[in-house]
Amino acid sequence: MIASLIRRDTLRGLRAAGLPVMFFLIAATLFPFAVGPDARVLTKAGGGMLWLAALLAALLPIERLVAPDIEAGVFDQFAARGIADEALAAAKIAAHWLSFGPTLMLAALPGAALLGLDESTLGKLEAGLAIGTPALAALGLTVAALTAGLRGGGALAGLVLLPLAIPLLIFGAGALDPDGAQALKLLASTALLLTFGAPFAAGAALRSHRD
Amino acid sequence: MMLALRDIACLRGDRLLFERLSLELAAGDALVVTGANGVGKSSLLRIAAGLLRPSAGTIERPGRVAWLGEASALDGDRTLGQALDFWAKLDGTRPDAAMAQMGIAHLVRVPVRYLSTGQRRRAAIARTIASGAPLWLLDEPANGLDAEGIERLGDAIRAHRRTGGSVFTATHLPLPIDDAATLMLDGAIA
Repeated sequence: MIASLIRRDTLRGLRAAGLPVMFFLIAATLFPFAVGPDARVLTKAGGGMLWLAALLAALLPIERLVAPDIEAGVFDQFAARGIADEALAAAKIAAHWLSFGPTLMLAALPGAALLGLDESTLGKLEAGLAIGTPALAALGLTVAALTAGLRGGGALAGLVLLPLAIPLLIFGAGALDPDGAQALKLLASTALLLTFGAPFAAGAALRSHRD
Repeated sequence: MMLALRDIACLRGDRLLFERLSLELAAGDALVVTGANGVGKSSLLRIAAGLLRPSAGTIERPGRVAWLGEASALDGDRTLGQALDFWAKLDGTRPDAAMAQMGIAHLVRVPVRYLSTGQRRRAAIARTIASGAPLWLLDEPANGLDAEGIERLGDAIRAHRRTGGSVFTATHLPLPIDDAATLMLDGAIA
């Protein structure tokens, strides 16, 4: 049952994956216009800027993650079949990541080229995104479950998610420094905590919508 | 025994909808809950389905249940066939016979978003039929159905009970169910 839900949500997410990827690439394109064409500045700040763009791009699909399924009675159908809300939340986190994480990592390749990042920085950026994007997906799903059905839920989701994602941004961007190994470890531990804790918080939020 | 509710109470906000409510459904039984709007018919069904925790009491539900709520739970972007197939695969069944039973087999390639309210209702009933669950919990199943749809629903319930299935339904519309026990919720406690 869970595999079916992951497959359905991943396919649905991939159909809409163009928007976050385009947002990510446009943000990368606009950055040199904002700070100027100085290659040293772009190389130094570009990695962090791509992390910020990834964070903002991950926000875009949030409104569609949970609210439409609650409205359509999808979670009721799963619950009547005895599936735990935590398992549903974990499946939706996995599907959300599959639909935006790898595509964002691919989009980081032209993004890094646009900003003139060297190979070493690009490698660290990709490693950081591979570790950090599951946590972004977990945070996104949890916030989507918490804010589903609320008036202005999309805007509220952004206000709730962005502060919670600050540690990921700090450690993700910090890992790009030449001596960023410790930051990468901290990013990994933060991501582990968020990814494995989120299904329980999101599951409780999904359950609360039925009461 | 398909379903047993014992000393169930339901508190919504500060409003007690019902308390000390007990009932039991055996194989082949049909129970219709009636009552005015807001007396707790849907809440009782949701408690029976495990979707709502009762304020007090115990529930026994040994087998699988099929839930038919207000929403169709069908993906609007998929065709009717694909949308029903998704749920049927979860239940290890096929939806074709159920679609024919509800008179919607010809809509198999139509995207769900183009279906009328009544057609979506028929599709949701088809999912219930296709689930293969012995206990059907139907919340206002006739909502949006035309006379032919209600007749097909009655036939489906009859066929389900003949094979040992049970039906527990809440409705404010008359349903063609033979020999059904009726539970009237009158909201007297509230």
